[in-house]
Amino acid sequence: MSDFTSGFWSAYVAVITVVSILACAVLLWMNSRAATATGEVKPHVWDETLQEYNHPLPRWWMGLFWITIVFALVFLALYPGLGSNRGMFGWTEVNQYEEEIAQAKAKYDPIFNKFLQQDVKAVAANSEARQMGERLFLTYCAQCHGSDARGAKGFPNLANDDWQWGGEPAPIEQTIAEGRMGVMPPHVQLGAEAIKDLANYVRSLSGLPGDSLRAERGKQSFQTAGCIACHGPEAKGNFAMGAPNLTDKVWLYGSSEQTIIETITKGRQNRMPAHKEFLGDAKVHLLAAYVYGLSHGAAN
Amino acid sequence: MQSQETYNYKVVRQFAVMTVVWGIVGMLVGVIIAAQLVWPQLNVAEWLHFGRLRPLHTNAVIFAFGGCALFATSYFSVQRTCHTRLFAPGLAAFTFWGWQLIIVLAAVSLPLGLTTGKEYAELEWPIDLLITVVWVSYAVVFFGTIAMRKVSHIYVSNWFFGGMILAIALLHLVNSAEIPVSLTKSYPVYAGVQDAMVQWWYGHNAVGFFLTAGFLGIMYYFVPKQAERPIYSYRLSVVHFWALIFTYMWAGPHHLHYTALPDWTQSIGMAFSLVLLAPSWGGMINGIMTLSGAWHKLRDDPILKFLITSLSFYGMSTFEGPMMSIKTVNSLSHYTDWTVGHVHSGALGWVAMVSIGAVYYMLPRLFGEKQMYSVRLITVHFWVATIGVVLYIAALWISGVMQGLMWRATNPDGTLTYTFVESVKASYPFWTIRLVGGLMFLGGMLIMFYNMVKTIAGKPAYDAPVVAPAAHAA
Ligand code: HEC
Ligand code: HEC
Ligand code: HEM
Ligand code: HEM
Repeated sequence: MSDFTSGFWSAYVAVITVVSILACAVLLWMNSRAATATGEVKPHVWDETLQEYNHPLPRWWMGLFWITIVFALVFLALYPGLGSNRGMFGWTEVNQYEEEIAQAKAKYDPIFNKFLQQDVKAVAANSEARQMGERLFLTYCAQCHGSDARGAKGFPNLANDDWQWGGEPAPIEQTIAEGRMGVMPPHVQLGAEAIKDLANYVRSLSGLPGDSLRAERGKQSFQTAGCIACHGPEAKGNFAMGAPNLTDKVWLYGSSEQTIIETITKGRQNRMPAHKEFLGDAKVHLLAAYVYGLSHGAAN
Repeated sequence: MQSQETYNYKVVRQFAVMTVVWGIVGMLVGVIIAAQLVWPQLNVAEWLHFGRLRPLHTNAVIFAFGGCALFATSYFSVQRTCHTRLFAPGLAAFTFWGWQLIIVLAAVSLPLGLTTGKEYAELEWPIDLLITVVWVSYAVVFFGTIAMRKVSHIYVSNWFFGGMILAIALLHLVNSAEIPVSLTKSYPVYAGVQDAMVQWWYGHNAVGFFLTAGFLGIMYYFVPKQAERPIYSYRLSVVHFWALIFTYMWAGPHHLHYTALPDWTQSIGMAFSLVLLAPSWGGMINGIMTLSGAWHKLRDDPILKFLITSLSFYGMSTFEGPMMSIKTVNSLSHYTDWTVGHVHSGALGWVAMVSIGAVYYMLPRLFGEKQMYSVRLITVHFWVATIGVVLYIAALWISGVMQGLMWRATNPDGTLTYTFVESVKASYPFWTIRLVGGLMFLGGMLIMFYNMVKTIAGKPAYDAPVVAPAAHAA
């Protein structure tokens, strides 16, 4: 509450809070002393039959009320609550978080750090590391890449040997640590016909049926329209750009003519979030090993 | 003893019938979203998507069903306990048609995706303005009637209705302060954590005043009427009334534990939530103990069964609430089904059941009848509804605690034992049971609709003559 920095507001809050709790106490105390009589009916009658007994307040109920009032006062003395008063325990939400994190680090970091010195291939071969990596993957990665790491539309399959950014340990680790952003620019300016030609060509690269005349024309435009700058002259992709290999049978968005036309016309933008700050080096390392192991036969 | 003047029952009849109708609509939407959680493929077109139907459900059950019940019962009881006709009958009629218009606008705008995004205050600014006008009219009618009363003392049910009307006006005006950018879009004047705090100050007091104080007003009129016994303790009503309306205002931060809300605000919210336990139970005690000496009536009077059972659920949810306000408990319960279970033990067990009892009491009287077409069907309704609520909340207690425990379970290396989807998967059986419970509760409402139609079809409207105050009433 940066708008209320003056000490006045703190005192204001503290006084109002205490007075309010005491007001409950006064209300209860005064009414517990008011004249009541078991069995007596008050003289007023409404709507022919409505009347009220004047029974005293149930004792156990008053007890309950007093306990909560005392609890509230004690609680607010022990914990932050009365304005900027920090409370006798000095507890804060942030402290609690930091303490718990510190404890967790002290306890768990050694377990993860022991793998940090080993190279990815060695870690991938270690079954304990693989299990830890899998658990991390299921928590932090599965919502996008799927529990089996086989991906979904727009989310790459990590269990095959087809890579946008590279499948060696170093690029995988970099992908996870720094994140990646794949950008396929829109090519609407080429016109619908040329785009259809290109789509037929792209399909023909992985042996899919199509209009061979269009594919032939598409092959020309692929060289001239700038596709090769990223996908390479043979359309085999380029790790530096994250441009996928278009000649294999693996598709990020789908192989239908319509989907490919959409990709070329509108372009695609895709982001793999960075995890380094969030997970730390040791967990990224384990994850890299786990992902590497998925396509490299975990055992070797 | 009776004058020629009659009570204004017309507006009560209208609201009472619409209570049943909107109850069915709102709960049907509840059943649909409950089914969508079990079978996600039921999320067909965008207007029927869970994200849009959920606010439709909450608005329909709280403001359409609950709102109509409050209007009907408060208009009915305020005239009778003041021994005078309703003040400003034209304005009273306006509150009926105005409120129905608001409901229809909500039912159209929410599925279209028009929303402020503030829970329980989703309606956009033109509707907010309309709510303000209708609510002020309601206040004029209600307090005007009180001002014209023929007895000097104001009966306790009217304190609660009056408190509810004033508090809701205040809450609505403060929380819905917004800057329109087009006819269908506005932004709140508050930002960040202040917006969150204002929202939950509103949200919690909507529970405290709309869903609690108002329905305690219903309890204070209809329980002693149906039980034909005096209220248990005048003194208790005084203490718990003032304590309740005073402490509720402070408890909102318990919805924002462990967030960016400053520590001191969270602590105050927790402290006052605990203090709220006794004042809440004061209402339950006063209602249930009113029956002391006449417990046998509970055996064969299904209306009384509804009323007294509702008080038990009220006691249960107001015990559960303060427990969930304790930060350690909340860190487990928050974000889980436990909250939703708590909501419905209050909403179905308390709010819906007490309203149903009151409507069963009023309906025959509004048409010059002695009782409903079938008392047996009321009994059937009671059992179906009670089993429905119990299934609903028991299932969500289990799934809520299970979710909370699964989310925090860790392996020896500190990694999470369960992924999020595993907790979703584990919840399916309980969501299915909740669906069954919801269907039963809805089924009960359909029985009520049939009974209502049979009771009133072809019957002339009846306006009872105004009763002169009892001779010794001071
Ligand atoms: C929010 C969704 C999301 C999450 C969470 C996520 N990823 Fe990704 N990931 C992506 C997307 C999208 C891409 C493709 C990026 C692109 O096209 O450039 C990607 C790409 C990758 C790649 C490169 C694939 C290639 O072919 O070069 C690897 C490796 C990877 N992710 C591993 C992980 C790991 C390990 C985690 C868990 C720590 C993770 N991802 C979490 C969305 C996600
Ligand atoms: C600036 C670099 C760049 C250029 C130029 C470019 N692409 Fe791409 N292309 C990419 C990237 C990066 C991706 C992956 C997008 C992602 O990660 O979502 C991609 C994806 C694709 C895909 C989708 C593959 C799949 O598996 O679904 C197709 C098809 C494609 N490009 C065809 C083309 C064609 C045809 C051209 C020329 C008209 C072209 N690209 C030009 C960078 C480029
Ligand atoms: C047939 C009866 C009902 C069924 C089946 C039902 C079902 C549901 C479902 C499925 C949800 C969404 C839960 C989630 O998001 O996980 C919900 C939310 C809610 N319902 Fe109901 N409901 C019913 C009756 C009522 C009634 C009568 C009221 C109020 C008087 C009510 C008030 C609410 C509220 C306030 C929420 C939001 C809860 C939150 O945000 O925590 N419901 N209901
Ligand atoms: C003493 C009384 C009560 C207290 C202290 C209390 C406390 C709480 C707490 C701590 C939560 C959970 C907040 C969170 O973790 O997000 C909650 C949620 C809720 N309670 Fe209560 N409760 C009380 C009575 C009631 C009653 C009687 C009703 C209904 C008639 C009710 C309706 C709700 C609703 C609708 C929510 C869900 C809000 C949301 O997240 O959308 N409460 N309550």
